[in-house]
Amino acid sequence: MTRDAVAPGSEHLPTARLRTHRGRRRRDAALAYLLVSPSLVIFTVFVAYPFGRNIWLGLYRTPPFPGLPRRYAAYEQYQQILTSPEFVASLRTTALFLLMTVPTGLALGLLLAVAAHQRLRGIAIYRTIFSSTVATSIAVASVIFFTLLNPQVGLLTWWLGREGQPSVLADPQWALVAVSGVTVWQNLGLSFILMSAGLQAVPDDLLEAASVDGAGPWSRLVNVTLPMLSPTLFFSAVVGGILSLQAFGQIDLLTEGGPLRKTNVLVYAMYDAVFRQNNEGKAAVLSVALFGLTLLLTLVQIRLLERRVTYER
Amino acid sequence: MNAEPTSASSEEPATGETALSETASTGTSTVRSRRRRNRTVARLRLAARYLVLTALAVVIFFPIYITVVNSLLQPEQIAARPPTLFPTDPDWSSYSTAWSQGHLGRYLMNSFVVTVLIVAGQVVTSVLAAYAFAFLDFPFRRTLFVFFLATMMIPFEVTFFTNQATIVSLGWYDSYLALTVPFLATGFGAFLIRQSFLALPPQLRDAAELDGAGHWRFLTRVAVPLARPGIAALALFSFFGAFNQYLWPLIVTRDERLRTVQIGLKYLRGSQIDQINVTFAGTILAALPLFVLLIVFQKQLVRGLTAGAVKG
Amino acid sequence: MARADVAAERSASRATSSGSVTLSGVTRRFGDMVAVDGLDIDVADGEFLVLLGPSGCGKSTALRMIAGLDVPDEGTVAIGGVDVTDVLASDRDVAMVFQSYALYPHMTVRRNIEFPLRNRKVPRADRDSAVAEASRMLGLDDLLDRRPSQLSGGQRQRVALARAVVRQPAVFLMDEPLSNLDAKLRVQTRAELIELQRRLAVTTIYVTHDQVEAMTMGHRIAVMVAGVLQQVGPPGEVYDKPANVFVAGFIGNPPMNLLTASVPSSAVGKSDDVDPAALMVGPDRVMVPAALARAAVDATETEVVVGVRPENVRLATDEGLPVTVTLIESLGHERHLVCATADGQSVIVRVDPSVPQPHPGDPLCLAWNPEDVHLFSGADGRRLAP
Repeated sequence: MTRDAVAPGSEHLPTARLRTHRGRRRRDAALAYLLVSPSLVIFTVFVAYPFGRNIWLGLYRTPPFPGLPRRYAAYEQYQQILTSPEFVASLRTTALFLLMTVPTGLALGLLLAVAAHQRLRGIAIYRTIFSSTVATSIAVASVIFFTLLNPQVGLLTWWLGREGQPSVLADPQWALVAVSGVTVWQNLGLSFILMSAGLQAVPDDLLEAASVDGAGPWSRLVNVTLPMLSPTLFFSAVVGGILSLQAFGQIDLLTEGGPLRKTNVLVYAMYDAVFRQNNEGKAAVLSVALFGLTLLLTLVQIRLLERRVTYER
Repeated sequence: MNAEPTSASSEEPATGETALSETASTGTSTVRSRRRRNRTVARLRLAARYLVLTALAVVIFFPIYITVVNSLLQPEQIAARPPTLFPTDPDWSSYSTAWSQGHLGRYLMNSFVVTVLIVAGQVVTSVLAAYAFAFLDFPFRRTLFVFFLATMMIPFEVTFFTNQATIVSLGWYDSYLALTVPFLATGFGAFLIRQSFLALPPQLRDAAELDGAGHWRFLTRVAVPLARPGIAALALFSFFGAFNQYLWPLIVTRDERLRTVQIGLKYLRGSQIDQINVTFAGTILAALPLFVLLIVFQKQLVRGLTAGAVKG
Repeated sequence: MARADVAAERSASRATSSGSVTLSGVTRRFGDMVAVDGLDIDVADGEFLVLLGPSGCGKSTALRMIAGLDVPDEGTVAIGGVDVTDVLASDRDVAMVFQSYALYPHMTVRRNIEFPLRNRKVPRADRDSAVAEASRMLGLDDLLDRRPSQLSGGQRQRVALARAVVRQPAVFLMDEPLSNLDAKLRVQTRAELIELQRRLAVTTIYVTHDQVEAMTMGHRIAVMVAGVLQQVGPPGEVYDKPANVFVAGFIGNPPMNLLTASVPSSAVGKSDDVDPAALMVGPDRVMVPAALARAAVDATETEVVVGVRPENVRLATDEGLPVTVTLIESLGHERHLVCATADGQSVIVRVDPSVPQPHPGDPLCLAWNPEDVHLFSGADGRRLAP
């Protein structure tokens, strides 16, 4: 390869214009805006705008009949709705739902993860089964259990000895428990996957060191694995909490908020306000409350992220 | 690897080790019997582990299993007590009934179209935005990035009814546009892909620059191929999210021809007792696509879900 | 100058000095830190110049500015006589080999090598022949279908070289390309690189912190310390006549002994009648040639630095600089005596292991030939004489 030969890579150079950094900085900025613009448009129209509009809508009373003007109510509507017994009851239902789904889900997910965290022939099959409910949507899970709880032919109805009685889902005492149970089952796969990932991150040498120190399997679980798993547990709790706050499908498919509004969680109450009561103002106030609760959980999560609930190694 | 963190094995702590140390001081005849006993104990413990695992698997999988079984039975067999737990004479006709008369075929098709559009849209918009945030310098980059992150803080459940009003006023009610457009971008996706891009060695960008690759060539020939694991995780995560949507399609479509499979289930749920095997069959049909994905892409899915969980 | 004019001028000048590189007053700051400070270097077409300096001295930043990956805050960069200070890397006709090689991990060796040609839309036939030639030159013929992860460190390094060679650029830039190889391979590859550069006769700017590489490879060495160019010259000159204490202390292993010596105030400015033994290291006189002593006195400084390389120091028993042995380091083929002067300055002596050795604590006298002494200013470290 002699230098006299025309260099294949550089033959365009003498004729082409030399592009400069200064020119590129301008082009780069233009390109960057072009690249973010599709996302930006979507976010503006479907996230930022409706969020702002909801806050604004909460300040106005929705007229009883469409076509009449909205009446400005300032903070009065927020105050009135957020202190109403209906909202308090809905909040209480949401909290109960959270309490029944999140800790149970975590505990069961952890149990499965610990059980599957061993070297055995065929363990992959068990892992797949344990994560299988990830593949069931909330609608699939709800319809499966709706049918299993059918008062006439439902298998669970028979096992519970409730044949001839109203469905569990129609029982004010048990409806929310049943909905929570379905939710826990549906989230089990996710919970298992998260816990397994956490367990796999626990360093083996730490467990081996504990074995050398004479710790049995139970002691290793309690004294090494669980403390090392605490960040995963905290995160999963927050994530589970946020997911539970957003519960809607299972309510709509299993109980429609009933019986006696015993399963009327926040999102369902919003849906009810907009599409049954035609009261956008009320739904807007509820949406701001839902956002506040989500934000609270997110802030907790960010705090945890900053503090890194981990142990220095 | 810690081989025994299970609750099953925790009942008999370290039998093997103590037994072994004892053998050293006993006669040879007992050694042999000890060894045999050790082997038996080990086998029993192994069996106990499998027993626990299988019990857990049965409990978890039972609802799905019984749904499959019931979908193969006649309605009167389903109602019979004690219940049939294993179909001796499976009848697959419920599936064709659900597919055609229950319109599950049509609903699944709709779900696929909507899901593929959303996944493709999210991957494309996320990759593009992530490239800008990772490799380009421009005014307000930080501000815009914070805005992208902030969108993750506002769940769709907060804004759904106002978005529905927007869709109505755009004239998109009962259309694929309504089902897809609001989800064509995701702050989480942009964030995830940006992380993948930033994890690439910076010298690659320099090398590509000297090799004469412009932004487009660097994006398509270097950055995207190398960020494939992250992109796959995002794609699977958004596939599951989009396929499982319930609230949104419920409020922006009424036309049965646009109905997605999740909403289809809502209507299937209300069918008559004498058609209950069809309900079961429809449920299985609706769940099948994700089961296939789960089994084929388990690794990528786990990655996507764990990343998604950290996002919250 | 309009961009089109630049291009025209560049093409016109290609024939004569296509590969020359000229840096004039190049300065680069990162916040408060000055990474490169007023760098002036002229590299002739076909020359192999080594940029040598300790890590963090700004040599890599300088290389990036020549490559076009970074832009100087002040000063100009010219390649082939054309000002390319602000021109993009892709339009500079330079190729670079990175310390980490920066191979594209998802592409085969062939794809890696032809990537720069594909980007420039070189026709397929030309591309294939160029890749064939480059891979033959670097012995990569059998590896073209492998991926970088299937290659050894030395093979990756050769792929990186092939990717640079294939473009036939006007200038090669190399950023510590041998530092990721093990010691044995490094020596071998060093020789191959020298051979390749001499054969292609392409201007090469080579950044390293390894003085052995610098001494063996470069036509000239440019020593940088703390962002400032200290000296440019052929390896022998840089070794024999270091321009200042920084260069003196950086080149050579172990480095040159640098002793601070005081000039008696009575002697300052009186060069006519100078005592060759006028300089004092602590309480002891140190012998330097009369010419040097005169230079020290002429500099009107009260403190100078006397430099002697360890290999030029002799052990003596009665005459010379009195010291005490503090430590003996054995390297097998040679030994280093670490000694301390009366005022606590350290002197290293390289001795043959076959001769009888002193022990730590032994008193010694050190002597050297007058022509082996270097003299530097005590104030700014610049070379005073010879």
